[in-house]
Amino acid sequence: MNAVLIALLVLPLLGAALTLAPATVFGPDHAAQEKRALRLGALVTGLVLVLTVALAAGFDRAHSSRMQAVTDTAWIPAIGVRFHLGVDGISLPLVVLTALLTFLCAVYSTRRLPDGPGVPSARAFVGLLLLLEVGMLATFLVLDLLLFFLAFEIVLIPMYFLIARWGSGAKVASANRFILYTLLGSAVMLLGFLLVGLNAGTFDMTALAAAHGHGLSHTTQVLAALAIGLGLAVKAPAWPLHSWLPDAHTSAPTVGSVLLAGVLLKMGTYGLVRVLLPVVPDGTATLAPYLGALAAVGVVYGSLACLALARQGSKGDLKRLIAYSSVGHMGFVLLGIASLTPVGVNGALFANIAHGLITGLLFFLVGALKDRYGTADLDTLSGATGAALYGRAPRIGALLAFAAVASLGLPGLAGFWGEVLAMFGAFDPAAGLSRPAFVTYMVLAGLGTLLTAAYLLIVVRRVCMGDPKQTAVVADIADLRPYEAVSWTPLAALTLVAGLWPALLLGLSDPAVKHLLGGG
Amino acid sequence: MISSVSAPVSAAAGHQLLGQPAVHPTLLAVSNPGGLIQSVDWVAIAPPLIAALTAIAVLLADLFLPERHKKLLGRLTAAGLALALLALLPLTGGHPRSTFCLQNVAGATDNAGCSYVADHFALVFQLLALGGALIAALLSLHTVDEEKLPSGEYWFLLLSSATGAALLPASRDLATLVVALEVVSLPSFALVGLRRDGRGGEAALKFFLSSVTATAVMLLGVSFVYAATGSLHLSAIAEGLGQAPGQLKPLAEAGAALTLVGFAFKVAAVPFHFWVPDTYTGAPLPVAGYLSVVGKAAGFAGLALVTSIAFRPYGHTWGLLLAVLAAVTMTAGNVAALRQRSDTAHGAVRLLAWSSVAQAGYLLVPLAAAGYAGSDHPLGATVAYALIYGLVNLGAFGVAALVGRTAPANRLDDYQGLFARRRWAALALAFFLLCLAGLPPGVVGLFGKVVVFRAAVDAGLGWLAVVMAVNVVIALFYYLQWTAKLFVTPSTEPIATAGEARVPLSLTATLSLTAVGAVVLSVAPQLVLQVVSGSLF
Repeated sequence: MNAVLIALLVLPLLGAALTLAPATVFGPDHAAQEKRALRLGALVTGLVLVLTVALAAGFDRAHSSRMQAVTDTAWIPAIGVRFHLGVDGISLPLVVLTALLTFLCAVYSTRRLPDGPGVPSARAFVGLLLLLEVGMLATFLVLDLLLFFLAFEIVLIPMYFLIARWGSGAKVASANRFILYTLLGSAVMLLGFLLVGLNAGTFDMTALAAAHGHGLSHTTQVLAALAIGLGLAVKAPAWPLHSWLPDAHTSAPTVGSVLLAGVLLKMGTYGLVRVLLPVVPDGTATLAPYLGALAAVGVVYGSLACLALARQGSKGDLKRLIAYSSVGHMGFVLLGIASLTPVGVNGALFANIAHGLITGLLFFLVGALKDRYGTADLDTLSGATGAALYGRAPRIGALLAFAAVASLGLPGLAGFWGEVLAMFGAFDPAAGLSRPAFVTYMVLAGLGTLLTAAYLLIVVRRVCMGDPKQTAVVADIADLRPYEAVSWTPLAALTLVAGLWPALLLGLSDPAVKHLLGGG
Repeated sequence: MISSVSAPVSAAAGHQLLGQPAVHPTLLAVSNPGGLIQSVDWVAIAPPLIAALTAIAVLLADLFLPERHKKLLGRLTAAGLALALLALLPLTGGHPRSTFCLQNVAGATDNAGCSYVADHFALVFQLLALGGALIAALLSLHTVDEEKLPSGEYWFLLLSSATGAALLPASRDLATLVVALEVVSLPSFALVGLRRDGRGGEAALKFFLSSVTATAVMLLGVSFVYAATGSLHLSAIAEGLGQAPGQLKPLAEAGAALTLVGFAFKVAAVPFHFWVPDTYTGAPLPVAGYLSVVGKAAGFAGLALVTSIAFRPYGHTWGLLLAVLAAVTMTAGNVAALRQRSDTAHGAVRLLAWSSVAQAGYLLVPLAAAGYAGSDHPLGATVAYALIYGLVNLGAFGVAALVGRTAPANRLDDYQGLFARRRWAALALAFFLLCLAGLPPGVVGLFGKVVVFRAAVDAGLGWLAVVMAVNVVIALFYYLQWTAKLFVTPSTEPIATAGEARVPLSLTATLSLTAVGAVVLSVAPQLVLQVVSGSLF
């Protein structure tokens, strides 16, 4: 038993339960109630963040391939479900990232929560945010296939309501599309889990990883890998299963977009690394070339879509653009995983974290622009010459340029290492995989990086540069506000740290990845 | 047949006494005289017996009670059902008790000749039947008053039907099974029609006609099976089917198929499901809830018994039949529920009715898996799912009854913004619906689906599992739409009407009971899922 991991799940759950208390518990009048509820959210997520930092501090980096802080007790013996929690070098960075992003979102929301007619109270928002945190953290902490499925499903309802209630535009349709797509994916994933669990006789991920596919026939492995991979690919999302993502991002509120891109997409790729690679290695090896192909197409497709959206006169929505750029970036992650090499998988995990930090920051920034301008439409924003943020709101403009440059993979920032390592993995894929095919994917991905640079620079030119004197949609643009600075600075700082000191993350994940791939 | 009624003897002791082989068979007129003497194990039959005695007590008391004391009848019913539930407790430990046994019936198990066996399967379904009836009774306490239903008749019919539902899962011969099923059904027709308005009459008639057709078909099937195998005892039928001479095979197969068709009617499987929505909307709400849970449970118990014990030799045939039936039933139910418009009158109950058809499809999956796997192990999944479904579905009907008090039309639109008006009722309904959909926070519903999927995958019914996965997604859409409706923020301040201020205590108690039960099971699913791992028979 280890109290820290349990506390990580119980704290936000209790917080969410507390928001169900009658309104009068929170204060005498409506305004006070809203304020206190939002503070409660910040407090609980803050406590969770402190706990994860303590967890990271106490983590034994010398043995990062071993599960640490393990709790393992029977929960539903009838179907062999164990309450098995633990962290290793793969999950620890994701846990910290999740806690950090949730905390920043909670802090951001204390000042900037969409309201208006038809928008529910802040208490409901906080309750859903905390419930979402439970599901996200649980996904990275659990070590039982059925619990993983449960955690995967916990995030659906809160995210649905965040999009459908606090979103904008065609929010209900987007929310429906999000939940139906992901549920179909995860239901198929459950079938794969059951196939594995019933044939291997256990649902325990560590035991299954230790067996490394031993005792599962090739047919079972391929079938299971197909089902599980399909479910996770919807979440990741892999081209061509990504079509729920742009709509969801466009409609979601800022906080929802940040968490959706920053954490929810990672649940898919984390599942690929944690479940698919070690549990059904033969099946994964059979499917890896196809996954690699989808990944490469995703990279090119995502950047081409972004280029189209960034063009003048195409009525491109900035949030939609960043959503498509996520499809491209997650393509790199999938390519790294598909290479089945330690280099590629390490790169994928690094790119995961980097994307969480950078895209989180980008969505915060675009959300702030949308608040100020009332729209995220690129043509409206930029007018004839460009939105000229450098001149009108220099701090926001600089941050946006910083995030865009980090996103295109400038060396020295977080975006660089993951994508380079993923392509490196594809250059020399694992034994048994077709080298020419993977080199082709690598070339495609390389083309993708060029296209990515092109559209991000176009965005920077159209949003940050321009003539500050031209008549703009909104006359005065407020520059960086204190609460925005507080919630964005950590992301920018960590992007820099991860870019300059990649060993911080790679040293953690490398032994664990080698362990999962069966090499150490 | 001589029936000697002795003091309650334990089954084991009784068995030993009766099980002695006749020492000198030739000296007696019959080969095994001991086999003709039956002792009744009163403890074993206590649960249905208590329900039946309460029914008679209610009927008699109704004659003598003055009008102003008629309320007592409802309480007497609830107390009787609670007592019957308590009577299950002594049966839980140790060896399954059996009674009404014949010694001259050959069979694989030592209970082969018994017509009544209180094994785990029977006990769990009795828990579901009596518990469901109790919740329905609590829901009815205020309905009977407010809708001016004849209380003596209402409570008597409810108890009679519950008696049948409790008797059915324990019965182990086709005659008792059919009689028990009719004891469930006949009072239900009257219950549905008790409201005596146009809709009630139509609902009862539809229900009656389809049900009677089912019974007729089933009786024909039973007689064929009896002719082919020479026995009505389920285990003996299994033996007989295996050894039936060649020319009787078609008869036996036709009999088995007809019997299954009869049960398919009772569980409202497609294409025998058309009566469901009209019957549910025409009946008083608690009765609709009762039918959707207890009536359905009785059908499933019978279907499980007949398929997995009596027709075991034909496992692959009916396995495929049930698998196809399951796939079609869940799809038809979900698609119809999806098409339900939010502004039609009685939309809420109609939606619940169609969703209960779909849920019946899920419940059929493990039964089909049992046929494929050739063992009764997957049945546990049906039992567990039925328990979970029963609890949350009755809860949902409870909230529908609550909303129906102020909005008699009970449209889906009447649930708009319920959270602002009735916080806890809305939260409870949201929880029940998410349990039915199988999505967290309805954890118990999720694990209910998991065990059903597991049964299908384990038996190699991959295609059925995929069909079910797609159906779960379809179902989520309408459950979620309803759930989302509850939390819409109303643009105007809610107007508290006089009727809304007071909720009958019994209704509050029922809702709390079901909601707390669902939450507890979500935290500790083992409580209900343990039936999956243990042996049922």
